[in-house]
Amino acid sequence: MIKDITLGQFFPGDSLLHRADPRMKIITALIYIVFVFVAKATLAYLFVILFTLFLVFISRLRFRIILKALKPVIFIMVFTAFFNIFWTRGEGEPLFSYGIIRIYKEGIWFAVMMVLRVACVLAGSCVLLTYTTSPIALTDGLERLLAPLKKIHLPVHEFSMMMTIALRFIPTLVEETDKIMSAQKARGADFSSGGIIKRAKALLPVLIPLFASSFRRASELATAMECRCYRGDKGRTRMTTLRYSMTDLALLLLLLFFGAGVILINIFLPHILSFGI
Amino acid sequence: MSEKTPFIKLENVFYSYESDDETVPLPPVLKNINLEIEKGTFVALLGHNGSGKSTLAKLINLILLPTEGRITIDGKDITASEALTEDEVYDVRRKIGMVFQNPDNQLVATVVEEDVAFGPENLGIEPSEIRKRVDDALETVGMSAYKKHSPHQLSGGQKQRIAIAGIIAMMPECIVFDESTAMLDPGGRKEVMNTIEKLNREMGITIILITHNMDEAIKADRVVVINDGVIYMDGTPKEVFSDVQRLRTVGLDVPQVTEVMYELHGMGMPVDYTELDEKKCADALAELLRKKPG
Repeated sequence: MIKDITLGQFFPGDSLLHRADPRMKIITALIYIVFVFVAKATLAYLFVILFTLFLVFISRLRFRIILKALKPVIFIMVFTAFFNIFWTRGEGEPLFSYGIIRIYKEGIWFAVMMVLRVACVLAGSCVLLTYTTSPIALTDGLERLLAPLKKIHLPVHEFSMMMTIALRFIPTLVEETDKIMSAQKARGADFSSGGIIKRAKALLPVLIPLFASSFRRASELATAMECRCYRGDKGRTRMTTLRYSMTDLALLLLLLFFGAGVILINIFLPHILSFGI
Repeated sequence: MSEKTPFIKLENVFYSYESDDETVPLPPVLKNINLEIEKGTFVALLGHNGSGKSTLAKLINLILLPTEGRITIDGKDITASEALTEDEVYDVRRKIGMVFQNPDNQLVATVVEEDVAFGPENLGIEPSEIRKRVDDALETVGMSAYKKHSPHQLSGGQKQRIAIAGIIAMMPECIVFDESTAMLDPGGRKEVMNTIEKLNREMGITIILITHNMDEAIKADRVVVINDGVIYMDGTPKEVFSDVQRLRTVGLDVPQVTEVMYELHGMGMPVDYTELDEKKCADALAELLRKKPG
């Protein structure tokens, strides 16, 4: 049933973005997000949109996949748009008024901008990170990037180990859930009819054995890890060492160009295409 | 190897699990165990569920500490002081690897080669050396083709072989298999048993195989039967399995080949039921049939 579950949202490939070092991708994604929010001028927005499309293009992912990523946040977008339209008070005459409802052109303008901003942030960070980086590389990159924080006793390594183990056990637990559900169905359990409360109740006999077995697994895994001399971060080396390459430099320069572009447009061309707002 | 001091030595070892109620201690699981294991030998530990055989394995690997008695590993007394330093514990665990029953609950990483690298990484070995060890270990267990796979795509036997590779990569001197074939299908069992034999015969690694499968125990150099916390029998497979009555008294089986030959012997046929080699037994039976036409 759910055996061929895709972990995260990773789409394997061989583009520039796929090949880049996960650490660099995290850094550039942060730069990207910051500058999407820095963009103020209309032309800067346009630049952000074009740049995002460019990122999608060099990731060689299908555009349909990106649109799919936006689907879960449609509600947030609609919500943001709604508030911007009805709560923004502009100068001059409202475009539409009925009782207490007054809609100004600024409101519509802000709504459009906010929606585009959310869409760009999401599409851009998906393309830079989750869609082009395997979850394990992402965890690894994050651990190495945050390594300096170990000095102030943040459990960076432990956190990344937890993530790795979680990723490792997702398919195993999915398989087990499947097995338990089949076993319950064979004895007459009904998971697919009734209201939401009835269905939730029907899942209880699935969750309890699943929890019990997870605890057993955790204990066995801990013993096995101890037997393999695991003692946390202490004296641990890694087989794979990450090294920055020219690809990473290119990616960094690209994002710095993006940031500089946004700032320059904000400063020097703030009024082009602003429709008098 | 003919070294004077055995690799693993247990003297008067007792172990009882802690009871919830301190006034009523649980009966000991292991009682007065004396056992010596030489380097390079292949020992099978046989016994029922609850006979204490898995507890014994955990004592050797310092997962548990004996309630009483002394355990010496490679000349070093690991029970001498209450508190061994962390480094000493890791030294013992590096020398003695352990493979458990459930292959799923031993693998840590989402990629096969990363998992094999886990042990050496913990030991703090150089990256290039880890790479070499990982490749060698995967080669030894015959899983090189799967190094980029994710564990959940593999069969039980394959997963167990990856777990073994993860231990070999740490270059231990001894590997304890705690019912490592119990959850596998016959195909997987065979794969794992072949690997275990290879480790012992070709790489000289000391093997302690805990099992209740008699047909696997035949392959060992020495069979130790544990019953109710004490060593019940100890000898070569031939010696142990030829004493069919004694094994059956405590409800243990004998290997299939012994069973056939023993029953035939009981019916008055002139066969040798101490022979454990299936092929030789088959030949003996064929010979017998030829002699007695009809």
